[in-house]
Amino acid sequence: MSSGKAPNVCGVDSPGRRMVFSMCGMCATRCPIEATIEDGRVVWLQGNPNDKAMGASLCARGAGGIPFEYDDERPQTPLIRTGPRGAGQWRRASWDEALDHIADKLRETIEEFGARGIALSDRGGGFTDLTKAFVQALGSPNYFDHDAACGRNAHNAARSLYGIGRTAITFDLKNAKHLVLYGRNIVESLKVKEAKDFMAAMANGMRCTYIDPRVSITACKATRYWQVRPNSDYALNLAIIHEVLKQEVYDKTFVETFVSGMDALREAVKETTPEWQEQHTGIAADEIRTFVQEIAADAPKVIFHPGWMVARHKQSFHVSRTALILNALMGSIEVKGGCILAKTPEEVGQKGLKKLADRTPKVKEPRVDGAGTTRPQWDPASGILHQLYAAMETSQPYGIGAYFSYRHDPLTSMPDPEATKRALDNLKLLVSIDTRYSETAWFADVILPESSYLERANVLCQNNGPRPNFGMRDQAIAPRFDSRPAWWIFREILRRMGIDEALDFETIEELWDYQLEGTGVTVAQMREKGIVSLADAASITPRDKLKFKTPSGKIEIVSEVLAKAGLPSLPPYEVKQAPTGDRFHLLFGRPATLTHGQSLNNPILNEIAPEQMLWIHPDRAKPLGIADGDEVEINGGGKYSAYIKAKVTPMIHPDAVFMLHGYGATVPLATRACGLGVADQRLQHGKLYEFDPAGGGNAMTETIVTLKRKGAKA
Amino acid sequence: MSKYILRHDEANCIGCQACEVHCKTNKGLGPGPAPCKIISVGPMMVGKRPQLRFVFMPCFHCEEAWCAKACPTGAMQRREKDGIVFVESSLCVGCKSCIAACPWGTPQWDPATRKVVKCDYCMDRLDVGLEPACVTKCVTGCLSFGVANEAPDPRRERYARQLVAGSL
Repeated sequence: MSSGKAPNVCGVDSPGRRMVFSMCGMCATRCPIEATIEDGRVVWLQGNPNDKAMGASLCARGAGGIPFEYDDERPQTPLIRTGPRGAGQWRRASWDEALDHIADKLRETIEEFGARGIALSDRGGGFTDLTKAFVQALGSPNYFDHDAACGRNAHNAARSLYGIGRTAITFDLKNAKHLVLYGRNIVESLKVKEAKDFMAAMANGMRCTYIDPRVSITACKATRYWQVRPNSDYALNLAIIHEVLKQEVYDKTFVETFVSGMDALREAVKETTPEWQEQHTGIAADEIRTFVQEIAADAPKVIFHPGWMVARHKQSFHVSRTALILNALMGSIEVKGGCILAKTPEEVGQKGLKKLADRTPKVKEPRVDGAGTTRPQWDPASGILHQLYAAMETSQPYGIGAYFSYRHDPLTSMPDPEATKRALDNLKLLVSIDTRYSETAWFADVILPESSYLERANVLCQNNGPRPNFGMRDQAIAPRFDSRPAWWIFREILRRMGIDEALDFETIEELWDYQLEGTGVTVAQMREKGIVSLADAASITPRDKLKFKTPSGKIEIVSEVLAKAGLPSLPPYEVKQAPTGDRFHLLFGRPATLTHGQSLNNPILNEIAPEQMLWIHPDRAKPLGIADGDEVEINGGGKYSAYIKAKVTPMIHPDAVFMLHGYGATVPLATRACGLGVADQRLQHGKLYEFDPAGGGNAMTETIVTLKRKGAKA
Repeated sequence: MSKYILRHDEANCIGCQACEVHCKTNKGLGPGPAPCKIISVGPMMVGKRPQLRFVFMPCFHCEEAWCAKACPTGAMQRREKDGIVFVESSLCVGCKSCIAACPWGTPQWDPATRKVVKCDYCMDRLDVGLEPACVTKCVTGCLSFGVANEAPDPRRERYARQLVAGSL
């Protein structure tokens, strides 16, 4: 089969000055942007001011879109592996050759494993209708997102309580009086609109309690900082709930009307007093009492944030879940200054986008990770990724032969890449579709270069929220290399498999027309503003119409879904031993200038990237002979050891060390990032299959590392 | 000083360094020169709470600019109408005298052009009614620009709001 170039959107090559509304692609937040193009070159990027919450603002990574675009260190043609996996031996291939090769391998996979033996992972978000439609059209149930290494515990916790996912609960920061954050590092793990709202709220007098074993910039912006012992935050929450019930400061009317399971809750926190938690968390008992009095005064405009990156420990699900229970106790659900439930277009009297996934039959086969079947506690919409890898190794419950990693780098984001590689090495076909040389791309059989976010148009996305909208990523410029947009790549693969109907569109405009059918919104309107709001203002459901999507219709403190999975809704806190001597918990985080592993090769973001250092408390550094600035050897129990400079500071809890994530890349063609710093995920030895059974999220901060000053005797 | 003021409202700054990249990309600069810089100091304990200090370092556009006086070719100039200190690139011979002369290390060496580049308040943008790149796209809005004494100081207003809300 022969395939020409993907069609550019109309006018992309025209000379002169043009403005294009689009969507940033420098992290997975996908902020609305406006690009200025002069004679086919991007000269200015800023936030799309048609989104008032965004304005013209853009973060450092967003601004780094221009140096990213004009950097040549990215895949420029399809590549097919010629040597062993990961050896970096490639040959250039035409699109026809690469796509035909993929189709052949898919047919082999289907012959041996059935269609269910094909899987795909991406990074979730607004464009997943395309990837889900692709996987479904092939006849497989195995679409995954990255979220087992991110927010899955919070997501499944929200489902078990409220019957809705994590992103269906939004936070009205602007009107809140008190925000409680469990390591949600709001001004560094940065989403522009959220950070703006947060800082505006702080300027207006919002209080913020920030809980984290390490002092982040958010800790410095908060009005209260608790340096909690690593992985002990569930104990803290049990004590806060104990005190809220004891002081009887919860919203009794709300709880009576909308919450079930209060007796079980009372029983579970009977003994978890402020004094009890102090021995586990290190937070003084009196502090808890004062805090509870404070939030009582601020209720219902109090938000307990269930977290974003919560793949931390084996009770992280319950940290998120108890935070979400506290919101119910505060009565902060569906009130101004509290948690506002996201609305679908239909819920505000409009019609949502027509789904691509509706064009092919649903797949009846059970998911390979058991999500929604043997593991009813896990959302089957996107599953739990590490269990896909488990199946690649064990062929249980069935085998997987082909895997697409679409703009996703599990060898950087998942713990223990050596273990992941062992799993991936069983595949017949590993395809990486990306705009950069990721660690996973380097290990793949085929690399398909996707056009950059400025060079491609995506499917439209529907953003549910207090004020739902449609968003557009339009194509700003023509591709610089022999790359293609994702919709075209997936269409071409499906066509080669004889499955035309799923993505039978010649141009992106044709595809958009399909999505917009019946909505009353046109492509021209989308182009005019970049986003189209479907409601005039944010809507809050009145109390007499409020209902939850749980089996009982109430907020289920004792969850039927968890019970079905044989899991307790309110387990006791698991006491953790504090590591001593040369042993520490390994914590990790991000600066505002880097997106995981994907920014460090950017010419400008690389230049301003902070030096990666290992934060260690002076009380623990001294006995090991480690002084500030010393080189330290760090090991996570596996083969990988590395040297890193120590930053001796009381701003980290004595039980833990901390480093930035996203460093230690190994792909030689990404010359600025390669070899720079230490890869924390490679220190997370043995953690690929360690996870919270209720939420499915990886238990990354349970990693123990050992330290030795460079040159010190063993 | 120029007639303008580029305010940095430190309490509203998150040290995200977006301003640095906005500046560099607007001027088309590669790695090396940094016409503006956010310097973070800390964290340190102030009372019971950890604090970070952020210092924004663009150019001060001095009235008696050391850099302009040190420049042997007249490339470094002060714009008469508003006092902006800028480099006329065509006259710059790359001698780096201005870099040595500036007490704050403001002028930057650009290895790509082998000349000096510095903060000029994005005067090409000002001349068409826009604000400097760093201000236009600042994440939190902690940077503001205007004619000195004409724009309200955000610090006074915030203090009043926090005082009333009781969070001080």
